[in-house]
Amino acid sequence: MTTTIATPATKAGDIPPEVSDRTRAENRLGMKLVAPALIVMLVVTAFPILRALWLSFYNYSLTAPEDRQFVGIDNYVTALTDSLFWRDIGMTVIYMLVTVAFELVIGFAFAMIMHRVIFARGVIRTSILIPYGIITVVSGFAWQFAFTYQNGFVNGWLPFVSADFNWFGDTVPAVIAIMVSEIWKTTPFMSLLLLAGLAQVSEDMIEAAKVDGATWWQRLFKVILPNMRAAIMVAVLFRALDAYRIFDNIFVMTAGAQGTESISFLTYRQSIEQFQLGMGSALAVLLFLSVLLVAFVIVKLFRVDLAQARGES
Amino acid sequence: MRKLALPLGVALVMVWCLLPIAWIVSLSFKSQDAVSNGTDPGFLPLDSFTGWDNYTAVWDDDQFRRSILNSIGISLIATILSVALATLAAYAIARLEFKGKRFVLSTALAIAMFPVVSLVSPLFDLWRIFGLYDTWPGLIIPYMSFTLPLAIWTLSAFFREIPWELEQAAQVDGATAWQAFRKVIVPLAAPGVFTAAILTFFFAWNDFVFGITLTSTEAARPIPAALSFFVGPDPFQRPAGLLAAAAVIATIPIVIIVLLFQRKIVAGLTSGAVKG
Repeated sequence: MTTTIATPATKAGDIPPEVSDRTRAENRLGMKLVAPALIVMLVVTAFPILRALWLSFYNYSLTAPEDRQFVGIDNYVTALTDSLFWRDIGMTVIYMLVTVAFELVIGFAFAMIMHRVIFARGVIRTSILIPYGIITVVSGFAWQFAFTYQNGFVNGWLPFVSADFNWFGDTVPAVIAIMVSEIWKTTPFMSLLLLAGLAQVSEDMIEAAKVDGATWWQRLFKVILPNMRAAIMVAVLFRALDAYRIFDNIFVMTAGAQGTESISFLTYRQSIEQFQLGMGSALAVLLFLSVLLVAFVIVKLFRVDLAQARGES
Repeated sequence: MRKLALPLGVALVMVWCLLPIAWIVSLSFKSQDAVSNGTDPGFLPLDSFTGWDNYTAVWDDDQFRRSILNSIGISLIATILSVALATLAAYAIARLEFKGKRFVLSTALAIAMFPVVSLVSPLFDLWRIFGLYDTWPGLIIPYMSFTLPLAIWTLSAFFREIPWELEQAAQVDGATAWQAFRKVIVPLAAPGVFTAAILTFFFAWNDFVFGITLTSTEAARPIPAALSFFVGPDPFQRPAGLLAAAAVIATIPIVIIVLLFQRKIVAGLTSGAVKG
Protein backbone atom coordinates (compact mmCIF):
# COMPACT_ATOMS: atom_id res chain seq x y z
CA MET A 1 0.00 0.00 0.00
CA THR A 2 1.61 3.24 -1.09
CA THR A 3 0.27 6.39 0.39
CA THR A 4 1.12 9.95 -0.33
CA ILE A 5 0.15 12.38 2.35
CA ALA A 6 -2.48 14.64 0.93
CA THR A 7 -1.33 18.23 1.16
CA PRO A 8 -3.60 20.09 3.51
CA ALA A 9 -6.18 22.28 1.88
CA THR A 10 -4.92 25.25 3.85
CA LYS A 11 -1.94 27.35 2.79
CA ALA A 12 1.31 25.39 2.75
CA GLY A 13 3.00 27.80 5.11
CA ASP A 14 0.51 27.08 7.92
CA ILE A 15 2.09 23.84 8.96
CA PRO A 16 5.69 23.72 10.14
CA PRO A 17 7.68 21.12 8.16
CA GLU A 18 8.85 19.11 11.19
CA VAL A 19 5.24 18.41 12.26
CA SER A 20 4.32 17.11 8.84
CA ASP A 21 7.41 14.87 8.91
CA ARG A 22 6.32 13.51 12.21
CA THR A 23 2.77 13.01 10.98
CA ARG A 24 4.09 11.20 7.96
CA ALA A 25 6.26 8.92 10.07
CA GLU A 26 3.36 8.20 12.40
CA ASN A 27 1.13 7.47 9.46
CA ARG A 28 3.65 5.03 8.04
CA LEU A 29 4.22 3.27 11.38
CA GLY A 30 0.47 2.99 11.97
CA MET A 31 -0.06 1.34 8.61
CA LYS A 32 2.84 -1.03 9.16
CA LEU A 33 1.50 -2.15 12.52
CA VAL A 34 -2.02 -2.62 11.23
CA ALA A 35 -1.04 -4.33 7.98
CA PRO A 36 -0.44 -7.91 9.23
CA ALA A 37 -3.81 -8.16 10.99
CA LEU A 38 -5.62 -6.51 8.08
CA ILE A 39 -3.98 -8.76 5.49
CA VAL A 40 -4.79 -11.92 7.45
CA MET A 41 -8.42 -10.85 7.92
CA LEU A 42 -8.84 -10.08 4.23
CA VAL A 43 -7.07 -13.24 3.07
CA VAL A 44 -9.24 -15.52 5.19
CA THR A 45 -12.52 -13.80 4.41
CA ALA A 46 -12.40 -11.63 1.30
CA PHE A 47 -10.48 -14.17 -0.78
CA PRO A 48 -12.77 -17.14 -0.02
CA ILE A 49 -15.89 -15.05 -0.56
CA LEU A 50 -14.56 -13.90 -3.95
CA ARG A 51 -13.82 -17.50 -4.80
CA ALA A 52 -17.36 -18.42 -3.71
CA LEU A 53 -18.67 -15.72 -6.02
CA TRP A 54 -16.69 -17.21 -8.91
CA LEU A 55 -17.70 -20.82 -8.14
CA SER A 56 -21.34 -19.80 -7.84
CA PHE A 57 -21.51 -19.31 -11.60
CA TYR A 58 -20.57 -22.92 -12.23
CA ASN A 59 -22.35 -26.19 -12.04
CA TYR A 60 -19.71 -27.86 -9.92
CA SER A 61 -20.20 -31.05 -7.99
CA LEU A 62 -17.38 -32.71 -6.09
CA THR A 63 -18.72 -36.10 -7.09
CA ALA A 64 -18.04 -35.20 -10.74
CA PRO A 65 -15.38 -32.46 -10.71
CA GLU A 66 -14.52 -32.90 -14.42
CA ASP A 67 -18.01 -31.94 -15.45
CA ARG A 68 -17.66 -28.44 -14.08
CA GLN A 69 -19.28 -26.01 -16.47
CA PHE A 70 -20.19 -22.35 -16.54
CA VAL A 71 -23.90 -21.85 -16.04
CA GLY A 72 -24.11 -18.12 -15.40
CA ILE A 73 -26.74 -17.11 -12.91
CA ASP A 74 -28.61 -20.43 -13.08
CA ASN A 75 -27.71 -21.35 -9.50
CA TYR A 76 -29.08 -18.06 -8.24
CA VAL A 77 -32.26 -18.43 -10.27
CA THR A 78 -32.76 -21.96 -8.92
CA ALA A 79 -32.19 -20.85 -5.33
CA LEU A 80 -34.34 -17.74 -5.50
CA THR A 81 -37.26 -19.50 -7.17
CA ASP A 82 -37.18 -22.44 -4.76
CA SER A 83 -39.69 -22.29 -1.92
CA LEU A 84 -37.18 -24.10 0.32
CA PHE A 85 -34.83 -21.13 0.17
CA TRP A 86 -37.52 -18.69 1.20
CA ARG A 87 -38.85 -20.97 3.91
CA ASP A 88 -35.35 -21.22 5.41
CA ILE A 89 -34.88 -17.47 5.19
CA GLY A 90 -38.22 -17.02 6.96
CA MET A 91 -37.24 -19.56 9.62
CA THR A 92 -33.92 -17.76 10.17
CA VAL A 93 -35.66 -14.41 10.59
CA ILE A 94 -38.06 -15.99 13.10
CA TYR A 95 -35.15 -17.47 15.06
CA MET A 96 -33.47 -14.08 15.08
CA LEU A 97 -36.51 -12.02 16.11
CA VAL A 98 -37.76 -14.37 18.84
CA THR A 99 -34.42 -15.18 20.45
CA VAL A 100 -33.21 -11.57 20.48
CA ALA A 101 -36.54 -10.36 21.93
CA PHE A 102 -36.40 -12.91 24.76
CA GLU A 103 -32.71 -12.27 25.36
CA LEU A 104 -33.33 -8.56 25.59
CA VAL A 105 -36.02 -8.98 28.25
CA ILE A 106 -34.30 -11.73 30.26
CA GLY A 107 -30.89 -10.13 29.81
CA PHE A 108 -32.20 -6.80 31.06
CA ALA A 109 -33.77 -8.45 34.12
CA PHE A 110 -30.42 -10.14 34.83
CA ALA A 111 -28.58 -6.87 34.37
CA MET A 112 -30.92 -5.10 36.82
CA ILE A 113 -30.35 -7.83 39.41
CA MET A 114 -26.57 -7.74 38.93
CA HIS A 115 -26.59 -3.96 39.09
CA ARG A 116 -28.51 -3.78 42.39
CA VAL A 117 -26.98 -6.74 44.14
CA ILE A 118 -24.33 -6.00 46.74
CA PHE A 119 -23.71 -9.46 48.13
CA ALA A 120 -22.45 -12.49 46.20
CA ARG A 121 -21.33 -10.37 43.25
CA GLY A 122 -18.54 -12.76 42.27
CA VAL A 123 -20.75 -15.84 42.51
CA ILE A 124 -23.49 -14.38 40.34
CA ARG A 125 -21.00 -13.08 37.79
CA THR A 126 -19.32 -16.47 37.62
CA SER A 127 -22.60 -18.32 37.09
CA ILE A 128 -23.64 -15.89 34.40
CA LEU A 129 -20.38 -16.42 32.54
CA ILE A 130 -20.71 -20.21 32.50
CA PRO A 131 -23.29 -20.31 29.67
CA TYR A 132 -21.20 -17.77 27.75
CA GLY A 133 -18.06 -19.89 27.96
CA ILE A 134 -19.62 -23.27 27.37
CA ILE A 135 -19.45 -24.91 23.94
CA THR A 136 -22.69 -24.33 22.01
CA VAL A 137 -22.73 -27.99 21.03
CA VAL A 138 -22.69 -29.02 24.70
CA SER A 139 -25.59 -26.67 25.45
CA GLY A 140 -27.42 -28.15 22.47
CA PHE A 141 -26.95 -31.67 23.85
CA ALA A 142 -27.97 -30.68 27.37
CA TRP A 143 -31.22 -29.14 26.16
CA GLN A 144 -31.91 -31.88 23.65
CA PHE A 145 -31.65 -34.52 26.36
CA ALA A 146 -33.73 -32.33 28.66
CA PHE A 147 -36.54 -32.16 26.09
CA THR A 148 -36.59 -35.83 25.01
CA TYR A 149 -39.59 -37.63 26.44
CA GLN A 150 -37.74 -40.89 27.20
CA ASN A 151 -35.37 -39.45 29.75
CA GLY A 152 -35.67 -35.66 29.89
CA PHE A 153 -37.04 -33.68 32.80
CA VAL A 154 -38.91 -30.96 30.88
CA ASN A 155 -42.12 -32.94 30.33
CA GLY A 156 -42.25 -33.90 33.99
CA TRP A 157 -41.79 -30.30 35.12
CA LEU A 158 -44.24 -28.65 32.76
CA PRO A 159 -47.81 -29.15 34.01
CA PHE A 160 -49.48 -28.51 30.65
CA VAL A 161 -47.43 -31.10 28.71
CA SER A 162 -48.15 -34.81 28.75
CA ALA A 163 -45.30 -37.12 29.82
CA ASP A 164 -44.82 -38.65 26.38
CA PHE A 165 -44.98 -35.43 24.35
CA ASN A 166 -42.36 -35.56 21.59
CA TRP A 167 -40.81 -32.11 21.26
CA PHE A 168 -38.84 -33.12 18.18
CA GLY A 169 -41.81 -34.57 16.34
CA ASP A 170 -43.18 -31.33 14.94
CA THR A 171 -41.88 -27.96 13.73
CA VAL A 172 -43.16 -25.60 16.42
CA PRO A 173 -42.07 -27.56 19.52
CA ALA A 174 -38.73 -28.44 17.90
CA VAL A 175 -38.12 -24.79 17.09
CA ILE A 176 -39.04 -23.85 20.68
CA ALA A 177 -36.50 -26.36 22.02
CA ILE A 178 -33.79 -24.98 19.72
CA MET A 179 -34.64 -21.42 20.73
CA VAL A 180 -34.48 -22.27 24.44
CA SER A 181 -30.96 -23.60 23.99
CA GLU A 182 -29.94 -20.59 21.93
CA ILE A 183 -31.44 -18.11 24.41
CA TRP A 184 -29.85 -19.87 27.37
CA LYS A 185 -26.44 -19.78 25.76
CA THR A 186 -26.40 -16.15 24.63
CA THR A 187 -28.39 -14.24 27.26
CA PRO A 188 -25.27 -13.72 29.44
CA PHE A 189 -23.57 -11.77 26.67
CA MET A 190 -26.63 -9.58 26.28
CA SER A 191 -26.96 -9.00 30.03
CA LEU A 192 -23.30 -8.04 30.42
CA LEU A 193 -23.58 -5.45 27.65
CA LEU A 194 -26.77 -4.12 29.21
CA LEU A 195 -25.12 -4.06 32.64
CA ALA A 196 -22.37 -1.85 31.22
CA GLY A 197 -25.05 0.45 29.81
CA LEU A 198 -26.93 0.47 33.08
CA ALA A 199 -23.80 1.53 34.93
CA GLN A 200 -23.68 4.67 32.79
CA VAL A 201 -27.15 5.86 33.82
CA SER A 202 -26.67 8.44 36.56
CA GLU A 203 -28.08 7.49 39.95
CA ASP A 204 -28.87 11.15 40.63
CA MET A 205 -31.34 11.23 37.80
CA ILE A 206 -33.11 8.12 39.09
CA GLU A 207 -33.19 9.57 42.60
CA ALA A 208 -34.58 12.85 41.28
CA ALA A 209 -37.38 10.99 39.50
CA LYS A 210 -38.06 9.08 42.71
CA VAL A 211 -38.30 12.32 44.68
CA ASP A 212 -40.70 13.68 42.08
CA GLY A 213 -42.92 10.71 42.79
CA ALA A 214 -42.30 8.56 39.71
CA THR A 215 -43.29 4.91 40.11
CA TRP A 216 -40.83 2.08 39.49
CA TRP A 217 -42.23 1.50 35.99
CA GLN A 218 -42.11 5.21 35.17
CA ARG A 219 -38.50 5.40 36.30
CA LEU A 220 -37.71 2.37 34.16
CA PHE A 221 -39.36 3.57 30.96
CA LYS A 222 -38.85 7.33 31.28
CA VAL A 223 -35.40 7.53 32.85
CA ILE A 224 -33.38 4.31 32.74
CA LEU A 225 -34.21 2.87 29.31
CA PRO A 226 -33.94 6.14 27.31
CA ASN A 227 -30.58 6.85 28.91
CA MET A 228 -29.08 3.52 27.91
CA ARG A 229 -30.35 3.61 24.36
CA ALA A 230 -26.87 3.32 22.83
CA ALA A 231 -25.98 0.25 24.87
CA ILE A 232 -29.27 -1.45 23.98
CA MET A 233 -28.77 -0.75 20.29
CA VAL A 234 -25.25 -2.13 20.26
CA ALA A 235 -26.33 -5.25 22.16
CA VAL A 236 -29.27 -5.86 19.82
CA LEU A 237 -27.18 -5.30 16.70
CA PHE A 238 -24.44 -7.70 17.85
CA ARG A 239 -26.85 -10.38 18.96
CA ALA A 240 -29.20 -10.10 15.98
CA LEU A 241 -26.43 -10.60 13.44
CA ASP A 242 -25.08 -13.47 15.50
CA ALA A 243 -28.53 -15.06 15.80
CA TYR A 244 -29.02 -14.77 12.04
CA ARG A 245 -26.12 -17.20 11.57
CA ILE A 246 -27.74 -19.85 13.80
CA PHE A 247 -26.30 -23.27 13.00
CA ASP A 248 -24.78 -25.29 15.87
CA ASN A 249 -27.94 -25.82 17.91
CA ILE A 250 -29.95 -26.86 14.86
CA PHE A 251 -27.25 -29.29 13.78
CA VAL A 252 -27.09 -30.96 17.18
CA MET A 253 -30.76 -30.91 18.17
CA THR A 254 -32.66 -31.74 14.98
CA ALA A 255 -30.11 -31.87 12.15
CA GLY A 256 -32.54 -29.66 10.25
CA ALA A 257 -35.44 -32.11 10.46
CA GLN A 258 -39.07 -31.01 10.97
CA GLY A 259 -38.52 -27.81 8.99
CA THR A 260 -36.19 -26.33 11.61
CA GLU A 261 -33.49 -25.62 9.01
CA SER A 262 -31.91 -22.15 8.86
CA ILE A 263 -30.30 -20.52 5.84
CA SER A 264 -26.84 -21.33 7.24
CA PHE A 265 -27.87 -24.94 7.56
CA LEU A 266 -29.14 -25.08 3.97
CA THR A 267 -25.83 -23.66 2.73
CA TYR A 268 -23.90 -26.22 4.76
CA ARG A 269 -26.08 -29.08 3.53
CA GLN A 270 -25.72 -28.17 -0.14
CA SER A 271 -21.96 -27.69 -0.11
CA ILE A 272 -20.63 -30.16 2.43
CA GLU A 273 -23.19 -32.94 2.63
CA GLN A 274 -24.23 -33.03 -1.00
CA PHE A 275 -20.92 -31.78 -2.49
CA GLN A 276 -22.76 -29.29 -4.74
CA LEU A 277 -20.05 -26.65 -4.50
CA GLY A 278 -21.51 -24.45 -7.26
CA MET A 279 -24.95 -24.32 -5.70
CA GLY A 280 -23.47 -24.16 -2.20
CA SER A 281 -21.35 -21.18 -3.22
CA ALA A 282 -24.35 -19.39 -4.66
CA LEU A 283 -26.15 -19.95 -1.35
CA ALA A 284 -23.06 -18.74 0.53
CA VAL A 285 -23.13 -15.52 -1.48
CA LEU A 286 -26.87 -15.12 -0.89
CA LEU A 287 -26.35 -15.74 2.83
CA PHE A 288 -23.64 -13.10 2.88
CA LEU A 289 -25.84 -10.60 1.05
CA SER A 290 -28.78 -11.29 3.34
CA VAL A 291 -26.61 -10.67 6.42
CA LEU A 292 -25.54 -7.35 4.89
CA LEU A 293 -29.19 -6.51 4.33
CA VAL A 294 -30.12 -7.40 7.91
CA ALA A 295 -27.21 -5.32 9.22
CA PHE A 296 -28.25 -2.41 7.01
CA VAL A 297 -31.86 -2.58 8.16
CA ILE A 298 -30.90 -2.70 11.85
CA VAL A 299 -28.41 0.15 11.54
CA LYS A 300 -30.96 2.26 9.66
CA LEU A 301 -33.72 1.35 12.08
CA PHE A 302 -31.71 2.29 15.13
CA ARG A 303 -29.49 4.90 13.49
CA VAL A 304 -26.45 3.49 15.27
CA ASP A 305 -22.99 4.75 14.51
CA LEU A 306 -20.83 2.18 16.20
CA ALA A 307 -17.60 4.05 15.84
CA GLN A 308 -19.26 7.11 17.32
CA ALA A 309 -20.83 5.09 20.12
CA ARG A 310 -17.27 4.21 21.09
CA GLY A 311 -15.95 7.72 20.69
CA GLU A 312 -13.80 6.69 17.76
CA SER A 313 -14.63 9.50 15.39
CA MET B 1 -41.93 -8.70 49.89
CA ARG B 2 -39.70 -5.94 48.51
CA LYS B 3 -36.80 -7.19 50.57
CA LEU B 4 -37.22 -10.70 49.21
CA ALA B 5 -37.27 -9.67 45.55
CA LEU B 6 -33.51 -9.31 45.17
CA PRO B 7 -32.38 -12.59 46.79
CA LEU B 8 -35.12 -14.34 44.85
CA GLY B 9 -33.84 -12.75 41.64
CA VAL B 10 -30.30 -13.85 42.42
CA ALA B 11 -31.48 -17.40 43.05
CA LEU B 12 -33.44 -17.38 39.78
CA VAL B 13 -30.44 -16.17 37.79
CA MET B 14 -28.27 -18.89 39.24
CA VAL B 15 -30.80 -21.66 38.65
CA TRP B 16 -31.31 -20.51 35.07
CA CYS B 17 -27.57 -20.38 34.37
CA LEU B 18 -26.58 -23.59 36.09
CA LEU B 19 -29.57 -25.88 35.48
CA PRO B 20 -28.40 -27.34 32.15
CA ILE B 21 -24.93 -27.82 33.60
CA ALA B 22 -26.35 -29.69 36.59
CA TRP B 23 -28.43 -31.75 34.17
CA ILE B 24 -25.50 -32.77 32.00
CA VAL B 25 -23.45 -33.66 35.09
CA SER B 26 -26.38 -35.73 36.36
CA LEU B 27 -26.69 -37.51 33.00
CA SER B 28 -23.00 -38.33 33.01
CA PHE B 29 -23.55 -40.48 36.12
CA LYS B 30 -26.57 -42.35 34.74
CA SER B 31 -26.20 -45.77 33.16
CA GLN B 32 -26.75 -45.97 29.42
CA ASP B 33 -29.43 -48.57 29.94
CA ALA B 34 -31.53 -46.37 32.22
CA VAL B 35 -31.21 -43.41 29.86
CA SER B 36 -32.22 -45.15 26.65
CA ASN B 37 -35.06 -47.14 28.23
CA GLY B 38 -36.29 -44.16 30.19
CA THR B 39 -36.41 -46.14 33.44
CA ASP B 40 -34.92 -43.27 35.46
CA PRO B 41 -36.53 -40.15 34.06
CA GLY B 42 -35.97 -37.95 37.14
CA PHE B 43 -33.41 -35.18 37.30
CA LEU B 44 -30.97 -36.94 39.61
CA PRO B 45 -29.42 -40.35 38.92
CA LEU B 46 -31.14 -42.12 41.80
CA ASP B 47 -31.77 -45.65 40.53
CA SER B 48 -29.17 -45.65 37.79
CA PHE B 49 -26.02 -44.28 39.41
CA THR B 50 -22.96 -45.77 37.72
CA GLY B 51 -20.13 -43.90 39.41
CA TRP B 52 -17.26 -42.94 37.11
CA ASP B 53 -18.00 -45.63 34.51
CA ASN B 54 -18.96 -43.17 31.75
CA TYR B 55 -15.90 -41.04 32.45
CA THR B 56 -13.43 -43.92 32.31
CA ALA B 57 -15.10 -45.24 29.16
CA VAL B 58 -14.81 -41.85 27.44
CA TRP B 59 -11.27 -41.28 28.61
CA ASP B 60 -10.23 -44.69 27.24
CA ASP B 61 -11.51 -43.65 23.83
CA ASP B 62 -8.52 -42.72 21.66
CA GLN B 63 -10.56 -40.47 19.37
CA PHE B 64 -11.90 -38.49 22.28
CA ARG B 65 -8.47 -37.92 23.83
CA ARG B 66 -7.10 -36.99 20.43
CA SER B 67 -9.87 -34.42 19.81
CA ILE B 68 -9.28 -32.80 23.21
CA LEU B 69 -5.61 -32.51 22.30
CA ASN B 70 -6.52 -31.07 18.87
CA SER B 71 -8.82 -28.51 20.45
CA ILE B 72 -6.26 -27.37 23.00
CA GLY B 73 -3.45 -27.15 20.44
CA ILE B 74 -5.42 -25.49 17.66
CA SER B 75 -7.19 -23.02 19.95
CA LEU B 76 -3.98 -22.05 21.74
CA ILE B 77 -2.01 -21.47 18.54
CA ALA B 78 -4.87 -19.50 16.97
CA THR B 79 -5.14 -17.42 20.14
CA ILE B 80 -1.43 -16.62 20.30
CA LEU B 81 -1.25 -15.65 16.62
CA SER B 82 -4.44 -13.56 16.76
CA VAL B 83 -3.53 -11.73 19.92
CA ALA B 84 0.00 -11.01 18.67
CA LEU B 85 -1.26 -9.46 15.42
CA ALA B 86 -4.15 -7.73 17.17
CA THR B 87 -1.82 -6.19 19.76
CA LEU B 88 0.21 -4.48 17.04
CA ALA B 89 -2.94 -3.24 15.33
CA ALA B 90 -4.63 -2.10 18.54
CA TYR B 91 -1.50 -0.27 19.67
CA ALA B 92 -1.49 1.65 16.39
CA ILE B 93 -5.21 2.38 16.64
CA ALA B 94 -5.05 3.60 20.23
CA ARG B 95 -1.80 5.53 20.11
CA LEU B 96 -1.05 6.75 16.62
CA GLU B 97 -2.81 9.13 14.31
CA PHE B 98 -2.89 7.59 10.88
CA LYS B 99 -5.16 7.32 7.93
CA GLY B 100 -7.20 4.16 7.59
CA LYS B 101 -7.72 3.72 11.32
CA ARG B 102 -11.46 3.83 10.89
CA PHE B 103 -11.17 1.51 7.92
CA VAL B 104 -9.41 -1.15 10.00
CA LEU B 105 -11.99 -0.94 12.75
CA SER B 106 -14.91 -1.15 10.36
CA THR B 107 -13.32 -4.02 8.45
CA ALA B 108 -12.87 -5.89 11.74
CA LEU B 109 -16.47 -5.19 12.65
CA ALA B 110 -17.75 -6.29 9.25
CA ILE B 111 -15.80 -9.52 9.48
CA ALA B 112 -17.08 -10.16 13.00
CA MET B 113 -20.60 -10.01 11.56
CA PHE B 114 -19.65 -12.26 8.67
CA PRO B 115 -21.68 -15.48 8.32
CA VAL B 116 -19.05 -18.16 8.92
CA VAL B 117 -20.97 -20.70 6.88
CA SER B 118 -20.44 -18.69 3.69
CA LEU B 119 -16.70 -19.27 4.03
CA VAL B 120 -17.16 -22.99 4.35
CA SER B 121 -17.71 -24.08 0.77
CA PRO B 122 -14.88 -22.03 -0.78
CA LEU B 123 -12.50 -23.03 2.01
CA PHE B 124 -13.49 -26.68 1.70
CA ASP B 125 -12.54 -26.55 -1.97
CA LEU B 126 -9.38 -24.45 -1.50
CA TRP B 127 -8.06 -26.52 1.40
CA ARG B 128 -8.31 -29.73 -0.62
CA ILE B 129 -6.26 -28.07 -3.37
CA PHE B 130 -3.63 -26.70 -0.94
CA GLY B 131 -3.47 -29.88 1.15
CA LEU B 132 -4.71 -28.06 4.23
CA TYR B 133 -7.87 -30.12 4.55
CA ASP B 134 -7.95 -32.07 7.83
CA THR B 135 -4.81 -30.44 9.24
CA TRP B 136 -4.13 -28.13 12.19
CA PRO B 137 -3.19 -25.10 10.03
CA GLY B 138 -6.35 -25.77 8.02
CA LEU B 139 -8.34 -24.82 11.12
CA ILE B 140 -5.98 -22.27 12.67
CA ILE B 141 -6.10 -20.00 9.61
CA PRO B 142 -9.91 -19.76 9.41
CA TYR B 143 -10.12 -19.35 13.20
CA MET B 144 -8.13 -16.16 12.82
CA SER B 145 -10.91 -14.73 10.66
CA PHE B 146 -13.26 -14.51 13.63
CA THR B 147 -10.81 -14.19 16.51
CA LEU B 148 -8.84 -11.25 15.07
CA PRO B 149 -11.77 -8.80 14.94
CA LEU B 150 -12.72 -9.65 18.51
CA ALA B 151 -9.15 -9.25 19.73
CA ILE B 152 -8.64 -5.97 17.86
CA TRP B 153 -11.82 -4.40 19.30
CA THR B 154 -11.20 -5.56 22.84
CA LEU B 155 -7.54 -4.54 22.82
CA SER B 156 -8.01 -1.14 21.21
CA ALA B 157 -10.60 -0.29 23.88
CA PHE B 158 -8.14 -1.37 26.57
CA PHE B 159 -5.16 0.44 25.11
CA ARG B 160 -7.04 3.71 24.88
CA GLU B 161 -7.28 3.71 28.67
CA ILE B 162 -3.52 3.42 29.15
CA PRO B 163 -1.85 6.71 30.13
CA TRP B 164 0.84 6.63 27.44
CA GLU B 165 2.42 9.85 28.78
CA LEU B 166 3.92 7.75 31.56
CA GLU B 167 6.31 6.30 29.02
CA GLN B 168 7.70 9.72 28.17
CA ALA B 169 7.80 10.63 31.84
CA ALA B 170 9.97 7.59 32.49
CA GLN B 171 12.26 8.60 29.63
CA VAL B 172 12.57 12.09 31.02
CA ASP B 173 13.58 10.47 34.31
CA GLY B 174 16.42 8.75 32.51
CA ALA B 175 15.05 5.43 31.31
CA THR B 176 15.95 4.27 27.81
CA ALA B 177 13.09 3.92 25.34
CA TRP B 178 13.15 0.14 25.73
CA GLN B 179 13.25 0.32 29.53
CA ALA B 180 10.38 2.78 29.55
CA PHE B 181 8.35 0.50 27.32
CA ARG B 182 9.15 -2.68 29.24
CA LYS B 183 8.85 -1.31 32.77
CA VAL B 184 5.94 1.07 32.28
CA ILE B 185 3.81 0.11 29.32
CA VAL B 186 4.06 -3.68 29.35
CA PRO B 187 2.73 -4.04 32.93
CA LEU B 188 -0.17 -1.72 32.09
CA ALA B 189 -1.02 -3.43 28.81
CA ALA B 190 -0.52 -7.04 29.93
CA PRO B 191 -3.89 -7.47 31.70
CA GLY B 192 -5.74 -6.29 28.59
CA VAL B 193 -3.77 -8.60 26.34
CA PHE B 194 -4.44 -11.47 28.71
CA THR B 195 -8.19 -10.77 28.75
CA ALA B 196 -8.30 -10.58 24.96
CA ALA B 197 -6.48 -13.92 24.88
CA ILE B 198 -9.09 -15.56 27.14
CA LEU B 199 -12.00 -14.32 25.01
CA THR B 200 -10.22 -15.37 21.83
CA PHE B 201 -9.59 -18.81 23.28
CA PHE B 202 -13.31 -19.14 24.16
CA PHE B 203 -14.24 -18.31 20.59
CA ALA B 204 -11.84 -20.79 19.07
CA TRP B 205 -12.74 -23.51 21.60
CA ASN B 206 -16.44 -23.03 20.77
CA ASP B 207 -16.10 -23.22 16.98
CA PHE B 208 -18.24 -25.86 15.35
CA VAL B 209 -18.81 -24.98 11.70
CA PHE B 210 -15.16 -25.08 10.61
CA GLY B 211 -14.56 -28.07 12.86
CA ILE B 212 -17.11 -30.27 11.11
CA THR B 213 -16.50 -29.07 7.56
CA LEU B 214 -12.72 -28.80 7.30
CA THR B 215 -11.79 -32.06 9.01
CA SER B 216 -12.60 -35.69 8.31
CA THR B 217 -10.53 -37.72 10.77
CA GLU B 218 -9.16 -37.42 14.27
CA ALA B 219 -6.03 -35.81 12.76
CA ALA B 220 -7.46 -32.37 13.39
CA ARG B 221 -11.07 -32.73 14.50
CA PRO B 222 -11.68 -30.48 17.51
CA ILE B 223 -13.81 -31.48 20.48
CA PRO B 224 -17.16 -29.81 19.56
CA ALA B 225 -17.15 -31.54 16.18
CA ALA B 226 -16.01 -34.83 17.71
CA LEU B 227 -18.87 -34.66 20.22
CA SER B 228 -21.45 -34.25 17.48
CA PHE B 229 -20.09 -37.24 15.57
CA PHE B 230 -19.70 -39.36 18.68
CA VAL B 231 -21.80 -42.45 18.02
CA GLY B 232 -20.89 -45.06 20.61
CA PRO B 233 -21.74 -48.74 20.44
CA ASP B 234 -25.34 -48.34 19.23
CA PRO B 235 -25.54 -46.23 16.05
CA PHE B 236 -29.29 -45.67 16.37
CA GLN B 237 -29.28 -44.35 19.90
CA ARG B 238 -27.13 -41.44 20.99
CA PRO B 239 -25.05 -42.63 23.95
CA ALA B 240 -26.36 -39.96 26.31
CA GLY B 241 -24.36 -41.00 29.37
CA LEU B 242 -21.05 -41.17 27.49
CA LEU B 243 -21.76 -37.96 25.59
CA ALA B 244 -22.60 -36.19 28.83
CA ALA B 245 -19.36 -37.36 30.43
CA ALA B 246 -17.42 -36.19 27.35
CA ALA B 247 -19.24 -32.86 27.44
CA VAL B 248 -18.41 -32.39 31.11
CA ILE B 249 -14.73 -33.05 30.43
CA ALA B 250 -14.78 -30.56 27.54
CA THR B 251 -16.45 -27.98 29.79
CA ILE B 252 -14.03 -28.24 32.72
CA PRO B 253 -11.32 -26.01 31.17
CA ILE B 254 -13.91 -23.28 30.55
CA VAL B 255 -15.28 -23.48 34.08
CA ILE B 256 -11.77 -23.21 35.52
CA ILE B 257 -10.97 -20.18 33.35
CA VAL B 258 -14.26 -18.51 34.32
CA LEU B 259 -13.70 -19.19 38.03
CA LEU B 260 -10.21 -17.76 37.95
CA PHE B 261 -10.73 -14.77 35.71
CA GLN B 262 -14.41 -13.74 35.87
CA ARG B 263 -13.57 -10.12 36.67
CA LYS B 264 -11.26 -9.78 33.67
CA ILE B 265 -13.67 -11.53 31.32
CA VAL B 266 -16.51 -9.19 32.20
CA ALA B 267 -14.25 -6.17 31.75
CA GLY B 268 -13.06 -7.43 28.37
CA LEU B 269 -16.50 -8.33 27.05
CA THR B 270 -18.05 -5.01 27.90
CA SER B 271 -15.14 -2.74 27.01
CA GLY B 272 -14.79 -4.21 23.54
CA ALA B 273 -18.39 -3.50 22.74
CA VAL B 274 -19.66 -0.48 24.60
CA LYS B 275 -16.97 1.53 26.28
CA GLY B 276 -16.87 4.95 24.74
